Amino acid sequence: MLLLNITELQKRFVDPEGKSTCVVDVPRFSIQAGQEVALRGSSGSGKTTFLHLISGILSADSGRITLDGIEMTTLSSSDRDRLRATKIGTIFQTFNLLQGYTCLENVLLGMSFGPGPDRGRARQLLERMGLANRMDYYPRQLSVGQQQRVAVARALANRPKLVLADEPTGNLDTVHAAAALRLVREICREESTALLWVSHDPTMLSQFDERLDFHELNRACAVSGIAL
Amino acid sequence: MSLLQIVWKSLRQHAFSTGVTAFSIALAGALLLSVWILQDQTRRTFTGMDAGFDAVLGARGSKLQLVMNSIFHLEESSGNLRLEDFAEIQKNPHVELAVPLALGDNVKGHRVVGTSLELFTRSEYRPGLQHVVEAGGRFFDPNNREAVLGSFAAHKLGLKPGDSIHPSHGLNYAEGHEHEDEYVVVGILKPSNTPADRVVWIPLEGLQLMTGHTEKAAEELSAVLVKLKAGNATAGFLLDQKYNKEGTRLTWAWPIGRIMAQLFDKIGWFDRILELIAGLVAVVAVASVTASTYNSMNERRREIAILRALGARRFTIFSAVVMEATVIATVGMVVGLVFSAGIFAVVGGILRTQVGVILEGWAGHSVLWWGPLVMVSLAALAGTIPAWKACRVDVAQNLSPTS
Repeated sequence: MLLLNITELQKRFVDPEGKSTCVVDVPRFSIQAGQEVALRGSSGSGKTTFLHLISGILSADSGRITLDGIEMTTLSSSDRDRLRATKIGTIFQTFNLLQGYTCLENVLLGMSFGPGPDRGRARQLLERMGLANRMDYYPRQLSVGQQQRVAVARALANRPKLVLADEPTGNLDTVHAAAALRLVREICREESTALLWVSHDPTMLSQFDERLDFHELNRACAVSGIAL
Repeated sequence: MSLLQIVWKSLRQHAFSTGVTAFSIALAGALLLSVWILQDQTRRTFTGMDAGFDAVLGARGSKLQLVMNSIFHLEESSGNLRLEDFAEIQKNPHVELAVPLALGDNVKGHRVVGTSLELFTRSEYRPGLQHVVEAGGRFFDPNNREAVLGSFAAHKLGLKPGDSIHPSHGLNYAEGHEHEDEYVVVGILKPSNTPADRVVWIPLEGLQLMTGHTEKAAEELSAVLVKLKAGNATAGFLLDQKYNKEGTRLTWAWPIGRIMAQLFDKIGWFDRILELIAGLVAVVAVASVTASTYNSMNERRREIAILRALGARRFTIFSAVVMEATVIATVGMVVGLVFSAGIFAVVGGILRTQVGVILEGWAGHSVLWWGPLVMVSLAALAGTIPAWKACRVDVAQNLSPTS
């Protein structure tokens, strides 16, 4: 079943000198429900902008994004927020945990804007991430690997249809990166969640059967001459 | 997590600036409430204090001075009137009760006032309330050198029934000016929360005939407190015509409450200035909530971006910031209420010591609900400025660095 379908998606930015530059120009892209896709691309290729468009953080200048049957480009900002909270989980490279919140609270916070806090689910996920004894710890009291696992738990907490992982293992060593990927895939498979894993790390990318080059996907890269 | 929990977390994270801002609201709120309550209570207390009489008859001079001197036992006397004047007003068919007062002495700064027993036995200092002597005491015998002390005077002087006093000459205490005459304290009045509590009461003749006073003093009085017969509305006007307009020797201060009200009307502009200052301080405090919250938005752009990336709507962020400003103002006003109660107690204590009047309760004043409501509403309104900034935060730019 088709989960995400993108056609003729374009996003332009105006630089401080007033020059308009097309950063994303993707003619076609799709993900099936429960599918795992790895997207490869170098810095500055517009991968993060592409993910922000999918998650509704940015609005497209043109084109269509349909997620789980909902045409996102016609939604209001508020409805896109709601859709993001309920159907999309995001794992960031810099984790983006809130420092004033404990591990458990970070996960619960992610749920608050979606279906509502489910303490049992949050605890269960953190236990699975090997953080049973760290639930009341603040992010600054955790190792980098542990922080990343909290971020993974938060992204999966709402049982999203799609997980967007933006260079999620960029700050981890090889062992921790592999462990993080294994955990994410494990839970995504259990819950039939699609996974779009963006990375430029060949080791991580080699774990996926389906790998795409963002440079081939994004016509803007060819225009701007960004190399792979 | 509820919105309130998110707000609480944020306030805790910025505990210092939250505390300082709430404290400034507390001080401003306390000032605002205190100014409003004190000016209202002071006016109400002073204009409502008539010791149970309608008018004061005294020597030619200021009505206000006459009232201050005879009712509040403050200020110097404007002069004396003759015993015949007292007899005349006493016989006036419109007068129900006339009580003479003579003063000019003190006991360590507490005024000694000579009067008749009728002040205690026939008049009511408030409707239904007469002066009562504490158990074990009694009112003075007009024929003896006996004294009855107001409760505050007795407490301050450390006197009890059976003790002796030597009044000093003059209204202000100066060592070595004591009269030879010795008076025995025979009773202490129960607290009336009126200026009478600060006075040492002795028989009229005692003060008039005090050793060292001139012979003329025996034939003069300082003032006469007058109660008019009920239901005779024109009596006050008639006596006003007689003493103030046709006569040239005496002053008829009537009605007592209006004379005090005129004083407050004259200094009304000062009240307005106080209100204006208090209002300005409140506005500045509310502005400090805006400034503090607005500035913190720069530090919190990433936090806001994360919340938005997690699905928080703009309205949620807007509401959270407005709620923060509201909570800061609410906490500030709760503390401000406590501060204002403290200010009220201190000022009330000073007024009691200096004038002998007790202000009515702090708790019943309407400003206690509308004051905090206005402050909190203003703070919530002021919070919309940083809230607007917060909900306009560029999410993509303030999340992790773009690839």
